[in-house]
Amino acid sequence: MLELLSFGDSGWGDDLLKGAIITVQLALCSVGLGFSAGLLLAMIKLSRFRILRWTAEAYTLFVRGVPEFLILLLVFFGSEQIINTSLAAMGFAVTVAVPKFAAAVAGLSMIFAAYSCEVFRGAYLAVPSGQMEAAESVGMTRMQGFLHIRMPQLWRFAIPGLGNLWMVMLKDTSLAAVIALDELLRVAKVAGEATSNPLLFFVTAGLIYLALTALSDIVRDKAEKSAQKGMASS
Amino acid sequence: MNFKTTALATAVAMGLAGMAVAQDLRIATEGAYPPFNEKNAAGELIGFDVDIANALCAEMKRTCVIVAQDWDGIIPGLVNNKYDAIVASMSITEERLKSIDFTSPYYSNYIALVAKNGSGFTLDDVANKAIGAQRSTVASEWAEENAGSRGDVRLYDTQTAAYSDLESGRIDALVSDYLPAVDWLKTNEGFGFVGDKIDIDDKIGIGLRKGEDDLKSAFDKALAAIRENGTYLQISEKYFGVDIF
Amino acid sequence: MSVYQTAKYAISDAACSVLSPVTPGSFGEFCPRFIDGFFVTVELLILSCSMGLVIAIAVAFARLSSNIFISKASFVYSYIFRGTPLLVQLWIAYFGFGSLGAEKLGLFWPLFKEGWTIGVIVLTLNTGAYVSEILRGGLVNVPKGQMEAAVATGMSWFQSMFHIMLPQAFKIAWPAYGNEVVLLMKGSALVSTITVLDLMGQTRTVFSRSYDLDVYAYSAVLYLLLAGTITVLFKFGENRMKTD
Repeated sequence: MLELLSFGDSGWGDDLLKGAIITVQLALCSVGLGFSAGLLLAMIKLSRFRILRWTAEAYTLFVRGVPEFLILLLVFFGSEQIINTSLAAMGFAVTVAVPKFAAAVAGLSMIFAAYSCEVFRGAYLAVPSGQMEAAESVGMTRMQGFLHIRMPQLWRFAIPGLGNLWMVMLKDTSLAAVIALDELLRVAKVAGEATSNPLLFFVTAGLIYLALTALSDIVRDKAEKSAQKGMASS
Repeated sequence: MNFKTTALATAVAMGLAGMAVAQDLRIATEGAYPPFNEKNAAGELIGFDVDIANALCAEMKRTCVIVAQDWDGIIPGLVNNKYDAIVASMSITEERLKSIDFTSPYYSNYIALVAKNGSGFTLDDVANKAIGAQRSTVASEWAEENAGSRGDVRLYDTQTAAYSDLESGRIDALVSDYLPAVDWLKTNEGFGFVGDKIDIDDKIGIGLRKGEDDLKSAFDKALAAIRENGTYLQISEKYFGVDIF
Repeated sequence: MSVYQTAKYAISDAACSVLSPVTPGSFGEFCPRFIDGFFVTVELLILSCSMGLVIAIAVAFARLSSNIFISKASFVYSYIFRGTPLLVQLWIAYFGFGSLGAEKLGLFWPLFKEGWTIGVIVLTLNTGAYVSEILRGGLVNVPKGQMEAAVATGMSWFQSMFHIMLPQAFKIAWPAYGNEVVLLMKGSALVSTITVLDLMGQTRTVFSRSYDLDVYAYSAVLYLLLAGTITVLFKFGENRMKTD
């Protein structure tokens, strides 16, 4: 039975590995895009303009209350319609096909942005305001205070939350299996159906996810420790 | 304009025209619907639909690229210009005609119910037992109409998953298209048809975007041609032993 | 059809006749399906939430046990269910184990036969793992002195845990628990991939007929309503628990 997992033409081992690579790529791209978007969103939420704050709040509430699955399907089926309708409205005759990977990244980064924005906001507010006042009294401008005092500490507070979100993202990539993107779970499903041995392949996929999670755990612990360097233990 | 520019312009225009004529026709099929379309061990697309598509393209003197696309997204993909035609045993229905166009039919489809031999399942049981069908198909529509809006109809993403549940006994009967069921029953004794095949006047056509009249008439002409010169009969008999038009 | 089912359908139809005049046409056309699905989602949520809580408490205690086997086993359970995607867990149970069929599974077959049953079981086990972690986090933050005082008054370990530590852990972990319940609701949408016609399942079915994106919008609104209700309920609970 284990020959089914072998590499090469008759075995599915290499396909599963390729699927795992796509899973990691999907997670990295989504986190990369979502990170910047989340940062932007956090800044909007902390800004002075009520309308902007409310829009950002509405967006976050939407993403936090609607199943990721639904968001992904909405983005997948909707992105092409939206892009093509706007292109047509602008007068272009060309239609664009949105590749599945891009749609999945778009959907997942939307989700990551909403959740990470909360982490950033929390981290921003966790920096003791006394420090910012001290910075001001020493003569730093607001921008200097932000760059030299707030930012480095913001990072320290944000890492645990972001680490958790990374793990969630890694697992959420499996949702792309339903839109037929060839990531790990999808490959396992196809292999299982083709060989009439679904249990073997789904369990193998589960073990691979477990391995990826364990690896991420190790990296996250290292990151947290290095961020705590030099801080007195609380 | 001087001579050189005119020559250059003409060359470019002819090149573009040449490209337009020789542009590949992109065709989508599902790849999970034996014996009409499926993937072989090497991952290539094969089946009745694939052979018909290739025959039509040869007749129209165009090169075709056949790609696989999941059933759920196959119509949105066509509408969004991912490909130019759908040759995937798609039935011509009123609902689908709202979003896309079809060529003239290239075969007729019937629905059939498959159940375990000796289970005593009859057509009357459709309303009060668990039946399954693939989502977004005429079979699922028939199932929902006949089981009532609150009947126990299980919908699956692929035919394979549906057959798997029939085998394990999760559903008492499967509503499927007739010919694929015939193919499946060849390798699965212990199961059989419930009653005769059901004629819902279902015709299978090639899906096209709305407004593609040139492509439609090209396909229709090619279809008539392969019907006449015997290519169609050859392909049909290769898979089914009879003419399924 | 059981009394429960008839009652559900009656409420669905009633709700639809009330909603139809005030909602867009395409919603009214498929309304009974949406409400039927909504009910299934709520059923799944209530069952997996309550059973998951019981499991979570048991596992949280097991983690603290002095018996190495029990504490390690509960750690492994928690790690596996938190370290793999919910979708994988559902598919392993439904397509993996389920495909073994009645003969191989014997007594267990009734559990694996219906997508709904598998959905409840897997969701329960999944949320149980996450909530056990949340409770552990809460327990760690309850002052140790309380435990010692309880034991000093003559309570057994179990009694002190159950009557003194756990309630306080709950209060501390309440917001995180509320968050997890919302996540459970969102995760329940995945049972639509194993033929369960919950809100998401009905939505996908309706979409496959009309290809109208509005369908997803209606579904999103219903989910938001559910998420909002959960959040409000938890806020209410938080206020009730305030002792200072």
